[in-house]
Amino acid sequence: MGHQVKGKSPAVAHTTAQKLKKDHTAKKEEDQFQRGSVWDHATMSNEFSSSRRDAFPAGLRVLVVDDDLTWLRILEKMLKKCSYEVTTCCLAKEALNLLRERKDGFDIVISDVNMPDMDVMSVDGETRRVMKGVQHGACDYLLKPIRMKELRNIWQHVFRKRMHEAREFGTVEGFDSILLTRNVSDHFDDGNFFAIEDMTSTKKRKDPDSKHDDKEFGDQSSTKKARVVWSVDLHQKFVKAVNQIGFDKVGPKKILDLMNVPWLTRDNVASHLQKYRLYLGRLQKDGDQSPSSSVIQHSLFPSKDPSGSFSFQNPAIRQQNDASVDSCRYSSGTLQLKNVDARGHEGDNIKRIASEAMIDKRTDMTGKTHDTKIRKSSQKGPNQSFAPPDSERNHATFDCTTPKWSELPEMHLNKHDSRIPLKDSFSQLPLHNTHHNIQVDQSQTNTSVSSNLSVIEGETAACIETRPLYADHKNAGSVSSIGSADTFSMQSRSSMLNDQSLEPISTSMKNQGLNLTCNSDLDLFPKNLLLGGEVASAPLEDLKSFWPLGEGYNVNSGLQNIEMPEYYDLGLIGEVPTYDTAD
Amino acid sequence: MASRRQIASMKQSLFDQGYLDEQFIQLEELQDDANPNFVEEIVTLYYRDSSRLISSMDQALERHPLEFNRLDTIMHQFKGSSSSIGAKKVKAECTLFREYCRAGNAEGCKRSFQQLKREYATLRKKLEAYFQLARQAGPHETACRPK
Repeated sequence: MGHQVKGKSPAVAHTTAQKLKKDHTAKKEEDQFQRGSVWDHATMSNEFSSSRRDAFPAGLRVLVVDDDLTWLRILEKMLKKCSYEVTTCCLAKEALNLLRERKDGFDIVISDVNMPDMDVMSVDGETRRVMKGVQHGACDYLLKPIRMKELRNIWQHVFRKRMHEAREFGTVEGFDSILLTRNVSDHFDDGNFFAIEDMTSTKKRKDPDSKHDDKEFGDQSSTKKARVVWSVDLHQKFVKAVNQIGFDKVGPKKILDLMNVPWLTRDNVASHLQKYRLYLGRLQKDGDQSPSSSVIQHSLFPSKDPSGSFSFQNPAIRQQNDASVDSCRYSSGTLQLKNVDARGHEGDNIKRIASEAMIDKRTDMTGKTHDTKIRKSSQKGPNQSFAPPDSERNHATFDCTTPKWSELPEMHLNKHDSRIPLKDSFSQLPLHNTHHNIQVDQSQTNTSVSSNLSVIEGETAACIETRPLYADHKNAGSVSSIGSADTFSMQSRSSMLNDQSLEPISTSMKNQGLNLTCNSDLDLFPKNLLLGGEVASAPLEDLKSFWPLGEGYNVNSGLQNIEMPEYYDLGLIGEVPTYDTAD
Repeated sequence: MASRRQIASMKQSLFDQGYLDEQFIQLEELQDDANPNFVEEIVTLYYRDSSRLISSMDQALERHPLEFNRLDTIMHQFKGSSSSIGAKKVKAECTLFREYCRAGNAEGCKRSFQQLKREYATLRKKLEAYFQLARQAGPHETACRPK
């Protein structure tokens, strides 16, 4: 009997696809019009600030097709509760008519794969081919019983598609619709699948077998899963929410509510939170392992990184750099962005959302080194010394190109080290100028973050200046701080600090004070300071109390919170470098 | 007048005895001011709509030889429909039926279908009683989650 079911579904798909295609070729003008409307809806690819975008999922026009009246009614109710505009239809034929008449009338079609009234239209020779196409084209499958939360997510298909076309194709090729069906009964006993059809799809999928369309999403089978890329903005919202709630009390739901990002799901957040916790935990762990006394666990200087590499490491992003010390030349590293979001299987749910992005990052560091040797110890050892005597100037550029996934950042890291006279120990050496210039440039995503770190250390004085350079993007953060002697002042628009790193250097330095200043001028969101470890969720105010400010630092405008724009920043501060003053 | 406790315990027993599953709660959560009797509406719709499938099945089971594919198709629909209200026991029977179907077990199918109809009718009675009680107590009660 599975055959019958199979036979039916393709029939629907076939008919629809065929008709729509026919329409497509026959009415070019309409397509033009259609195009316009698609673009109209594509505004969300612009800025989050647009009001239209804010309202986006609401008003999504959904056509529901199901021969089961009970389910039809339930779905209608659910969809309405999602603020979608719902049209219901219990006959496949009727649905086809609706689609023909109002081709641009729906954003998405949710259809039962098994429509009895299409039996008649039965299976022709092309069925199998169509079936394949349909399977490839399906953006989602829902299994009954369908839950609200699944329906809340369906807009993502539309969204993703629009985003996709917006960046991939300058033009929209026209209306293309694919009916999604799935061979249900053979594998799923419960097989009441619903198929979702994205009516805004403009990608041509004439050849159902061709996979090139989706190559950027990897395997076809994984294509059907919605992806969430945790952009800088998104992550900031997330962090902000976490801080607001309090680290101990955070839960995905609360965060989700606070974030107020309509298309995000609880599961997305839960997954992210989990990684975030792991990350914090790791930072904490690292901190615990090392002697707190004379060691600064995580220094802000990437160059002192353990393996002599500049590395960002965190659950989400990993960047590895190989550096040859002598030449100050860093080869390449990898940045890996991984965002995996799996919806919990509730027995009958299909795991649906998963995203994974990888970026290859090339790191290129060139620098002038004047008799400078940097010694890097992998674990922050108390006695890490900087052999480099006089001054060193490092210029590092990290260039990571992100091939396909536009949301992935392209990074440009610029590191600038100037004159770090470091002798055996950090504290003992007179540091004149250390300039770390980190520039992160995400050309594709328009996000760039740059920071400038400079450290000046007098006899006992240490001053770190972090100054973010700009950004072509509002996401860019700027960090700058000026510290006077004995003070670490750090200003970072986006940074996650491990509490360990903030610990005053007690060993050889006296009067070490910590100053944090954050400048978040570029950002629209309020900043939060996130501190790993105990301080994790402490707001800046609290921070201040923890570390009395030494001397003046507040470089840029007022104190705000420190936030991390994205993982790499975290990694940068968190895991990289450690330095020691002792010795 | 039914007390809240009565209603709650009645509903709870429907879950405890395996008549209903989580889906029923989903329906209750959909109930709002716009559709204060949504659950009842859906259940009514279910019984009205599924009765045609029951008739189809009755007829299909009369045939000789049995067309198992057809039986399975009907049962597939019936099961999908039953899942809409969270009719757990009914669904279990559907599953059993389909297994017999695939095994080509005519006797099993017939027996299973009789049992299915009994569960189907039993649930109906229980739900009707429940709704009646809930109506007496006011709209509010039906929206409560069972413990």
